[in-house]
Amino acid sequence: MNKIVKKEILAQGIKLLEVEAPQISKKTQPGQFLVLRIDEKGERMPLTIFDADFTKGTVKIIFQEVGKTTVQLGQLKVGDHILNLMGPLGNPSNIKNYGHVIIIGGGVGIALAYPITKALKRAGNKITSILGARTEALLILEDKMRDLSDKLYVTTDDGSKGHHGFVTDILKELIEKEKIDLVHAVGPTVMMRAVARVTKPNRIKTIVSLNPIMLDGTGMCGGCRVTIGGKTKFCCVDGPEFDAHLVDFNQLMTRLSMYLDEEKVALQVLKKKGVNGV
Amino acid sequence: MVSNRGSRLKNSVPMPKQQIENRVQNFSEVAKGYSIEQAITEAERCLQCPKPLCVKGCPVEVDIPAFIKCIVEGEFKTAIKIVKDKNSLPAICGRVCPQEQQCQKFCVLGKKFEPIAIGRLERFVADFEPETGSKINEKPPSTGKKVAIIGSGPAGLTAAADLAKRGHEVVLFEALHKPGGVLMYGIPEFRMPKNVVRAEIDYIKKLGVTIEMDVVIGSMYTIDELFKQGFDAVFIGTGAGLPRFLGIPGENLCGIYSANEFLIRVNLMRAYEFPKYDTPVKVGKKVAVIGGGNVAMDAARSALRLGADEVYIVYRRSRNEAPARQEELENTEEEGIIFKFLTNPVRFIGNDAGWVKEMECLKMNLGKPDESGRRRPVPIKNSEFIMKVSTVIVAIGQSPNPLIPQTTKALKITKYGTIEVNEETGETSIKGVYAGGDIVSGAATVISAMGAGKKAARAIHKYLMNKERNKKLENAYARS
Ligand SMILES: Cc1cc2nc3c(=O)[nH]c(=O)nc-3n(C[C@H](O)[C@H](O)[C@H](O)COP(=O)(O)OP(=O)(O)OC[C@H]3O[C@@H](n4cnc5c(N)ncnc54)[C@H](O)[C@@H]3O)c2cc1C
Ligand SMILES: Cc1cc2nc3c(=O)[nH]c(=O)nc-3n(C[C@H](O)[C@H](O)[C@H](O)COP(=O)(O)OP(=O)(O)OC[C@H]3O[C@@H](n4cnc5c(N)ncnc54)[C@H](O)[C@@H]3O)c2cc1C
Ligand code: SF4
Ligand code: SF4
Ligand code: FES
Repeated sequence: MNKIVKKEILAQGIKLLEVEAPQISKKTQPGQFLVLRIDEKGERMPLTIFDADFTKGTVKIIFQEVGKTTVQLGQLKVGDHILNLMGPLGNPSNIKNYGHVIIIGGGVGIALAYPITKALKRAGNKITSILGARTEALLILEDKMRDLSDKLYVTTDDGSKGHHGFVTDILKELIEKEKIDLVHAVGPTVMMRAVARVTKPNRIKTIVSLNPIMLDGTGMCGGCRVTIGGKTKFCCVDGPEFDAHLVDFNQLMTRLSMYLDEEKVALQVLKKKGVNGV
Repeated sequence: MVSNRGSRLKNSVPMPKQQIENRVQNFSEVAKGYSIEQAITEAERCLQCPKPLCVKGCPVEVDIPAFIKCIVEGEFKTAIKIVKDKNSLPAICGRVCPQEQQCQKFCVLGKKFEPIAIGRLERFVADFEPETGSKINEKPPSTGKKVAIIGSGPAGLTAAADLAKRGHEVVLFEALHKPGGVLMYGIPEFRMPKNVVRAEIDYIKKLGVTIEMDVVIGSMYTIDELFKQGFDAVFIGTGAGLPRFLGIPGENLCGIYSANEFLIRVNLMRAYEFPKYDTPVKVGKKVAVIGGGNVAMDAARSALRLGADEVYIVYRRSRNEAPARQEELENTEEEGIIFKFLTNPVRFIGNDAGWVKEMECLKMNLGKPDESGRRRPVPIKNSEFIMKVSTVIVAIGQSPNPLIPQTTKALKITKYGTIEVNEETGETSIKGVYAGGDIVSGAATVISAMGAGKKAARAIHKYLMNKERNKKLENAYARS
């Protein structure tokens, strides 16, 4: 049982939980994730470890309420427990001094990009960040990311803050005027695909962190398989980070939609119980 | 004693089973088990051979005639004691051992008649036990030694039990959120009721074993760290949990599962009770399961119970070569699952939305025997045909789990990815580290995994006691 010691609402439907997990907190490296199960009837859900504090023995997770499990998780309060917490899983990010790194975070993906950015900064990289959100109210971690970045851009789909448009608009401009050694993009699959399409013709090394549907998270089921350069990989043990130019994004998007009907049913059942999320 | 010798039955007492029409609609156990009368009748068929061949066929050498004799005499408590002396998980082995290739294969009665249904009798005495009440013998004195067991499948559970019985402190680490390994996540409720597995696990807990779930060794702790934490020996029983795929075009289409994924969703996550339980599973009208082993049968029968109209088993060899247990092949056929033998898929074809809709297959012939001793399937030229499918489950085998070898550099592994051990002791290339079960043998059986756990426990005990003795000797020399 893992006790929740802190809860924060970062934006509408985006929440942070700090949970007791002493051993995971000792072992976590940037880019790794955990799998949790809220209660006996719950599903196993992967979430990136946003931050780990081994002196306190806690880890932080940030999640967006998109369906049954994330909405239910958002209902938990400080003092509540999460039944199962397993990790750290997946390969850590490859942290070294590349030179100039562009970090692109979209939506809740900014939370996933944060620990990697922190580590890349510490490794001596020059960091330019591009944060994208649907609208200003959904933009998270801007200040924290600004602290780590030599330069930071914000884009919103509706123009409510920063550049009116997509992260790729800024990326294209940067590519024209600056030398870029690495692009690291985390966010919705469509966004990562768009980034890959921009950097590929320019031959800029690009890493994306993929988020297929997972079950065990340890390589036992193959449900998380993705096609990378024509080869099948299990995202949980071979990833979650891959070379963006080799990823079959269309297949990933199709596979993410496998349980759409069931996800709707599960959410309805939860709503019938009076839980509506934020 | 042995009665009605003259009127010895030629056939064994059939296993009472749930009616076919009912059972394909529920997940309750299919084989209901013998009644007292049926068990005694079957037990009376045994010749009580002075040199029982059946025992030679049992990997853990259960004293078969002795426990059968107790059944005849109605001494069920003694019967279970005799079985448990060699086999700590009889309720499980009685259900899932491939008996026709083990104990029953060698039963002398089998030469002329049906062999004694040893597995069913073993299950009978094991199931009878909760009612007669099993007591844990007094705890042995503590040796002060600590052993870590990695993986809670039959290998790990057996090693844990045997070491605890010898007075060692045992901690069992399991990556998943429930212990039991394949018994829990793989073999379905209708063949391996989960309360049976839980009862065995409770027994092991009563012996004093601590079970820690959600611990992936390799990532949360490495084996080195376990030693640093004060463990004196380690047993690796992490199984063969990595699903194999066919490696043919279209395999990542939606609607195509590995058997592992499908069975984990159904058994461990209870997808058959969705939405009461959160995890869903997709079963279309027409399901094709690829493979011919127990795993394929389990997946096919689960799909049927989840509402598929037609379920096919597509297997590249013939029925004779199918590695599934005889009893399960029969159950599967009875339930109306359609077998397509000598057939091999070569390509999956999807619809516009990315879902599998068809499977292209080739017909096969049997050629010369291959290294497995079974006749090799050879494709027949131009025999391609298309099968319409809405769900595909790939059950062509599992590979050893690489997580621990990857994080334990000194551990020697074979080219198949299994851990290299000393056959006699289970000792690996690292001192104090032992391994057994599917991680050593490749995907095999429950009873062989248990046998390996037992062997390793014996060797670990010896190793720890020698270590203790050497320490004492050293101290004595130091003092003198
Ligand atoms: C390695 C990894 C790390 C992740 N880290 C985070 C994180 O730090 N924060 C966070 O908010 N989410 C993260 N995700 C995604 C998160 O696991 C899913 O959003 C979650 O499983 C949704 O569960 P649900 O029951 O709430 O919604 P569901 O009912 O399962 O899904 C609702 C909607 O979300 C979409 N969806 C389902 N699964 C995913 C997925 N894996 N990725 C994207 N969309 C999905 C569905 O298509 C559907 O439209 C991560 C995923 C992976 C694989
Ligand atoms: C569907 C199915 C049906 C079967 N039917 C039969 C049958 O009828 N008869 C029969 O005899 N055999 C059958 N088998 C085979 C039998 O179940 C296996 O041979 C046996 O379970 C192997 O036991 P094991 O202890 O080696 O490993 P497993 O049972 O595989 O257990 C290994 C455990 O280790 C855990 N683990 C793995 N890595 C780690 C790690 N790094 N840290 C912590 N824990 C870890 C896993 O989560 C798992 O729980 C079947 C197998 C399957 C899949
Ligand atoms: S353990 Fe298996 S092989 Fe041995 S007697 Fe029992 S059923 Fe037969
Ligand atoms: S070989 Fe058959 S008949 Fe003989 S003791 Fe064994 S079970 Fe009984
Ligand atoms: S989640 Fe099961 S193999 Fe990756």
